[in-house]
Amino acid sequence: MSARDELTCRDFVEVIMAFLDGELDAAQRALFDAHLDACPDCDHYLDSYRTTVALGKSICDPEGIDGPVPLDVPEELVQAVLAARRQR
Amino acid sequence: MAEDEAKLVAALQAGDDAAFERLVRDYGGRMLAVASRLVGDGGEAKDVVQEAFLSAFRAIDRFEGTARLSTWLHRITVNAALMRLRSRRRHPEEPLDPWLPQFEASGHLANPGEPWQPQGALEKAELRAQVRKRIDELPEIYRTVLMLRDIEGLENEEVAGLLGVNVGTVKTRLHRARMALRSLLDPHVREIQS
Repeated sequence: MSARDELTCRDFVEVIMAFLDGELDAAQRALFDAHLDACPDCDHYLDSYRTTVALGKSICDPEGIDGPVPLDVPEELVQAVLAARRQR
Repeated sequence: MAEDEAKLVAALQAGDDAAFERLVRDYGGRMLAVASRLVGDGGEAKDVVQEAFLSAFRAIDRFEGTARLSTWLHRITVNAALMRLRSRRRHPEEPLDPWLPQFEASGHLANPGEPWQPQGALEKAELRAQVRKRIDELPEIYRTVLMLRDIEGLENEEVAGLLGVNVGTVKTRLHRARMALRSLLDPHVREIQS
């Protein structure tokens, strides 16, 4: 982020992830909020960015293999793994 | 560590055949889901799971229970999948720039378009189906970071370690990947909203 007293949309978009991760300091956050209040296009862009992240996370369980709906493990895979272990 | 899990780990460390079979049956399906997300469905994902189990069997003596068994197996599966992705022949990477936001000379967003309706968008099954397809369109280095961070839930530091890059690079790639994915999803969101 540049050291000006206001952000452009380019500056704003550049730091969206840092904003969402809580990594902006107080001065950066104030500039971010001021631009957000003044720029509906960036407000909408931020919303769509958030939605994109949420959509990505929604396609599977974020906890990985602790997911609530595991695939059945194919029997051929079980047997292949156990056979490979025996051959070690 | 839960009592059942501690017993299973002790049996695995003792070389109990039945315990190994139980491990494969209990966790294999979930590991296959993780592998399929990373390398795609089909035979390669099964190969990844097999490689991951063999790695786990070799390392089980060093498992100390500081993480849950499921978390430990998840990391091993991710690592096996990344090894598989690295071994694929590299195709020339498509540039990401066309999918990044464009700006006017003044720094203002060019072509900002209509706003999304976030809640409505999330509830549409057809849009969620598109998400998977559009993620697969991302260049590999961006797709991998997005998958590991946003979908597999790894921390920046873990992703950096697995990919052999620094945390700053992970953050930059993730932000660019998310912006590109947003652009790829934009026409589908508009179609659903119209």
